[in-house]
Amino acid sequence: MTVPDALRATGLGFRYRAKGGWILRDCEFAVPTGCITALVGRNGAGKSTLLQLAGGLLRAGAGELRVLDAVPGTPEARARVALLTQDKPLYPRFTVADTLTMGEKLNTTWDRTGAERTVREGGIAPSARVGELSPGQRTRVALALALGKRPELLLLDEPMADLDPVARGEIMATLMAEAAERGTTIVLSSHVLPELEQTCDWVLLLRDGRIELSEEAGELRDSHALLTGHRDQAGNLAEPHTVVRRRDSGRQTTALIRQHGPLRGDWHVERPRLEDVLVGYLQAGETQRTAGAGRTEAAA
Amino acid sequence: MVEYRIDRGSGVPAYVQIVEQTERALRMGMLKVGDKLPTAKEVVAATAINPNTVLRAYRDLEQAGLVELRRGLGTFITRSLARPGAEDDSPLRAELADWTARARAAGLERADILALVSAALDAHDDDRRGHNPGDRVQQHDPGDRKHEEEDA
Repeated sequence: MTVPDALRATGLGFRYRAKGGWILRDCEFAVPTGCITALVGRNGAGKSTLLQLAGGLLRAGAGELRVLDAVPGTPEARARVALLTQDKPLYPRFTVADTLTMGEKLNTTWDRTGAERTVREGGIAPSARVGELSPGQRTRVALALALGKRPELLLLDEPMADLDPVARGEIMATLMAEAAERGTTIVLSSHVLPELEQTCDWVLLLRDGRIELSEEAGELRDSHALLTGHRDQAGNLAEPHTVVRRRDSGRQTTALIRQHGPLRGDWHVERPRLEDVLVGYLQAGETQRTAGAGRTEAAA
Repeated sequence: MVEYRIDRGSGVPAYVQIVEQTERALRMGMLKVGDKLPTAKEVVAATAINPNTVLRAYRDLEQAGLVELRRGLGTFITRSLARPGAEDDSPLRAELADWTARARAAGLERADILALVSAALDAHDDDRRGHNPGDRVQQHDPGDRKHEEEDA
């Protein structure tokens, strides 16, 4: 017996209009259940689109996407999958208690105690109006709403954007505790790469609407190396290794490679952090001139 | 109960940090046989790391024979790494605290003190081993654990 994948895409494509450009194209990947997945990509790479397809808010234009083996948007999928979109749709004039009651009425299964606890852990009064809450508190209420339905798969579109570091840490801790307690599979998109290092065990990287990476985070990190050395020997790298990104300045070459077998030549080798690998892939394919700007944005 | 602190900038994987902090707590007698380790949920709620990381660390500790995973109950210490003399109230420790205070009063920095201690240890071990520094046992070699058990 096999456990179905949390997400599985075959030839997945999406565009808003029949003659418009493809936002997602030829996506082919599988994300196992029980993982915490980082969905990474530059702005406009298609992260939100992918999450909205998985949440059933958009319909695939080509190929297929399955969530826990179900078709997104069907009652079966909706009962098991929760999506928290970037705009965090909440009614500003509702109180927090009203908002949770709404969750209870709208969902077939509802964990009132759990939802109330999520809100309480953020020190939020049930009588407070949603419109008067801080961004961090609003995120927490939206998260309580998503967690209250006890999803097996939780999809989060940049949940930490516009939160201060303390609030980010608290929200992340709540998410991790949920995963620990119920084995919830989580897919979250984020630009905050350093925070993914200790939280994510699967990486999904989108570039220009295509899936560039879908693999276990530890293996991804361990299979790559950061090299610095004399430019003369840079030609030796391509075989048998894969050069993800290479930068030459004067006689020096620095390169991020996916290593296959032993290294030849005189290289200073560093083990990259997950962040280094992700930035390398995000920058790959760009010209050297714009690469510096890309780095700042990806790290921001 | 121990509290884990994860250093995100260190480049050391979180599960290794948990294993090392547990071993240190065992060595210093802050954890004793029969003590329960925090649940994965408690650790991640405090540190915001991936729960699978905690479980991996606990499995490593189990393989090293230091803890036992009891289904539905939790993870318990089954073996101590503490040596007589390393506990909080031991005379050796009190002497060291006293000596540290004197070193500080003499104006030594933390790095100076650590260097002094390392040098004294090296000199002592070299004497005993007939000046063969290559013999020195590495601190973080996992194969070393068995050795320590026999010593204890």
